[in-house]
Parts: sequence; C-alpha cells; structure tokens
Amino acid sequence: MRMQESIQTTGSRESLIDVTNLTKTFDDITAVSEIAFSLKKGEIFGFLGPNGAGKTTTINMLTGLSRPDAGMITIAGQDCVKYPKKAQHLIGIVPDESNLYPELSGFDNLCFCAALYGMRKQERQERARELLEKFGLKDAAHRKFGGYSRGMKRKLTIAAGIIHHPQILFLDEPTTGIDVASARQIRQLISDLNSGGTTIFLTTHYIEEAERLCGRIAFIVQGRIARIDTIENLMQQTQGRHVVQFAISDNTAGLCKNIIAEFQDLQCRPVAGGVRVESSRPIRVGPLVRLLEDEGAEVSEARKIRPTLEDVFVQITGIEAGMMKQEKEKMKMGGES
Amino acid sequence: MKKWIAFWNILAKDMRSYYLKPPNISWGLLFPLVWIAMFFIRSGLGFESITGLLPGVMALSVLFGTTSVLSVTVTFEKKGRSFERLLLAPISLELLMLAKTTGAILFGTINAFVPILIALFLTDLSAVNWSIMVPAVVLIAVSSTFLGLFIAVSVKEVFEAQTFSNFFRFPMIFLCGLFFPIASLPLVLRPLSYILPLTYGVDILRGAITGKNSMYLGLDFFVIIFFCLVLFFVTLKNINRKWIT
Repeated sequence: MRMQESIQTTGSRESLIDVTNLTKTFDDITAVSEIAFSLKKGEIFGFLGPNGAGKTTTINMLTGLSRPDAGMITIAGQDCVKYPKKAQHLIGIVPDESNLYPELSGFDNLCFCAALYGMRKQERQERARELLEKFGLKDAAHRKFGGYSRGMKRKLTIAAGIIHHPQILFLDEPTTGIDVASARQIRQLISDLNSGGTTIFLTTHYIEEAERLCGRIAFIVQGRIARIDTIENLMQQTQGRHVVQFAISDNTAGLCKNIIAEFQDLQCRPVAGGVRVESSRPIRVGPLVRLLEDEGAEVSEARKIRPTLEDVFVQITGIEAGMMKQEKEKMKMGGES
Repeated sequence: MKKWIAFWNILAKDMRSYYLKPPNISWGLLFPLVWIAMFFIRSGLGFESITGLLPGVMALSVLFGTTSVLSVTVTFEKKGRSFERLLLAPISLELLMLAKTTGAILFGTINAFVPILIALFLTDLSAVNWSIMVPAVVLIAVSSTFLGLFIAVSVKEVFEAQTFSNFFRFPMIFLCGLFFPIASLPLVLRPLSYILPLTYGVDILRGAITGKNSMYLGLDFFVIIFFCLVLFFVTLKNINRKWIT
C-alpha cells in the first residue's frame, strides 16, 4: 500500500527520478518485477535488499546499462527507456566494484573520466586536484590505480563518479569490503555531497548505514519492493515493541525454536553471539534465562535493547540482516582485490 | 564540441595505454621485418623481387597489427568493467566505438608503412601509385579493425579473443590470394576468397605497387568499403544486444 502511495506522489515537480512498473527478466528469472518509486531532489534514497534482490539490475536500468522489459523511467523529465543517453550527463555512477583503469594514475583516471563528460583540459585538471585533496588522495595522485588499497580505490571511484558535478549519484554498495576508517570517511563524504545538493540513490546491505544516511528507504526482496517509507515511519513500526538480547557463549542452534514453543507471545531469532527475543509486551527475563540454562546454554548477559531499523527489515522481509551482510562481505572479499 | 573532447581522450588514452607501449611498437617493427626476410629468402631472387612481396607483407602487417591489439583490449576492458564507464558516458555508441577503433586503425596503417620504409632503401618504388596505395592501406586497416571489434564483442575472455582472431586470420592469409593466386585454389574454396575483405585490399595494393591487379579497382574499393560498413553496423547491433542487456 505504501508503494502505491509513493506512486501517486511521483508526479510532483520536485521528483528527479520517477520509476513505474519497471520489470526485467533474464531468461526465466525475473530479476525486477513491477517496481515503482520516485526520488525527490536533494534526498538520499536507500535501496536495501539481500544479494540477488535486484538492486544492481535496477541501477543498471536507471543508468542505461540495461534495457527494461517493461515500465517507465523518467530522469529530470527525460524518458530514459526510449532515450537512455539523454540523462547520462546528469548522473554519476559508483559501481559495486571499482572499475577505473589500473594502468593509469589516480589523477589521470579522474581527468579521463572528466573528459568523457566533455570537460576541457584546465577545468578537468583543476577538478581532479580538488577531488584528490577532498578525498585525502593527494599524496597518491600520481600512483597507479592498480596499486591502491581497497579503501583508496573506493574513494577514487566515488571521486570519478562526481567529477562532472552530477545532479544524481548512484552508489552501489559503496562501503562493502573496506576498512572501518575508510567506510566512515566515505559515509561522511556521502553526507557532505548530499548537503551540497546532490541527490543520492544508495544501495547497501548495511542497514545501520542506510539508517544513518538515508531519508527514505525501499526494501527490495526477490525483485519486488516490499516497502518504501521514511526512516521515521518505518521506525514507528517498532513503537511498543520490547526487545531483549541474550548473550550466549555456546551454540544457539535450536534455542529459538524451544523459546517460541514455550512462550507463544514471543518472537525469537538468532543473532551473532546469542538470541534476540521480541514481544509487544514487556519481556520477563527470569523464566527465559531458566529455560535457556535448562537447555544447556550459558547465558552471560541479558540486555534490553532499542529496536532498530534492522528489526523492521527482518519483520517486513523475513530475512536475517546479519547473514545478508556476512554473505555480501564474503563475496566482496573473494571478488575484489 | 563536448563529444569530440570525449572522442579525442578515449583515442589518446588507448594510444598511450595500449598501442604506443614498447612491446607493441617492437611487434609492429619486427613483424613486417621477419615477413619480408622470410619471403625474400624463399623467393631466391634479387632486391627487385621486394616490390612483388610488398602487397602481401603490408596486408599482413595491417591485419595482425589491428586485430591483435583491439580484440584483446576491448575484451580486457569489458572483463574489468572499465568499458561500462565508456558506455555510461553521454556520447553515442557509434562515436564511442569509432574512438575505440581509431587507435587500431592508425596503428595498423603505421604498421603497413614499415615495410615500405624498408623497401625504399632496397629497391626503386617510383612506379608505385601512392594515391591508390594509401587509401587501400587505410581501408584494409579499417576492415581489419572492425573485424577485430566484431571478434571482441563475440567473446567473453581475453584468450578467446586471441583464439577467435586466429580462427579468422590464418584462413584469410591463405585464401586472400597472398600466397596462391585465387585462380589456382580448389574450386570449392574460391567462393570463400571472395567473401574476405582482405582479398580486395590485397588486390588494390598489388595494383598500386606492381600494376598487376586481377579485379577492377573500382569494384575492389566498393566491396571493401561495403565490408567495413557491414562489419561496423553488425558489431554495433551486437554491442546493443549483448552488452546493453
């Protein structure tokens, strides 16, 4: 229903991207099925979902790398299904894997990307220097991109994505597989870009990242949008919810099943290092600890926690967010050096 | 103007990154030298025979110079996903592919003039019709480059590009009339000769250098230009179908 509400607002003048009934099929697999959403000028829009949910396929269709089987895409008033090239000067793309030229230096890569958008020599060199400074890569400006660390590669790829001052920036998993410090810097850069007026379309599987950066979020599962809403509205869903997390040092397999069987008003799911129990009523910890200990589990801590967007995600999609994150990290580590 | 800035920079980057690298330059010099030496020694004739060898050596230099580098670099960029960056640039696919191929065309054309330079010191080239030879070299370079592009779009891996290139190149060498006159080929193979762009390119070169072309030059030019256009537009269609899925 919320999706329908969004569709009705897509005609508003402040919309920069309008997507309606977008569908893409590869052989027998429907990668994206009749999705619809709009992006307002100046917002950060999060697109969250597990691997294979259709996030990258959606970005590819929006940017002109892939042709939709059905549906409409309008970017800044341009029909991008019929004329995919027309809006390409307005958009910047940061793909999920850094795709700059390994044999070129950071500076040359940025200058080359600027030239693709028709920037003149002096203008592109000044812009490249400005971005290298801004992204903390000034000292590595003349080193070959192939020799950069993963975090540096991500930063330069983002710099390349914004070299031509795009109105809209598509960021596909920008912080996956990089160190904590670089990820934090990139989040700050995204925030700064948005403050400067850039509209951002962000796909991520880090729910806490989306919660921190985005104004609105779409949850996409198996090519369909499960829910689109503002963070505030999504979080309202957790009001009146009570959550207690038990830290358990042993194997937690089967514990949730026993808890649910014994306490039917509770919901339980395993999390890293324990189990998380939820209820619409206050949770009595004593009987639960006793049950867990009777099952042979050693409970070291029981902590009442504030429900997060991750809880909303799990509630709506039924997908365990932690597992989704681990899976993606593994893929990334194997895929990009 | 903006799109020509993109065009020029794609071309300049490819020249710097791929074509003007020492291994390619040495390959471009070594290859024609070896072919000239091989044919010269085999013929057992004097330096006068070099004029007769030139069309073949020039055609081979262009063919190998263009197809080797282009098919591999495009496949390499496609695999490393940097080609996506080009597809996302606000320039038409036609202009993008012209930018990607111009480097190979220039490289192939320059390669063809290496044997000419060598021959200038060894024999008299005053009878050469340059106004026919130069366009012929460019057209052979264009058709070979577009063949390389066609190959690059048809494969996924770099090694496939190399193998597939040879699948086209070696039969072409034997069927285009370089080693054996087409008239002496088995009847069943002759039709194949006439569907190869190199056959017409070699005939023009032979006409320009020795005056012994076997077909009407106007027809040669028409057919090779036709091949260039067909290869380019078929390849663009393939890119649209395969790379913009």
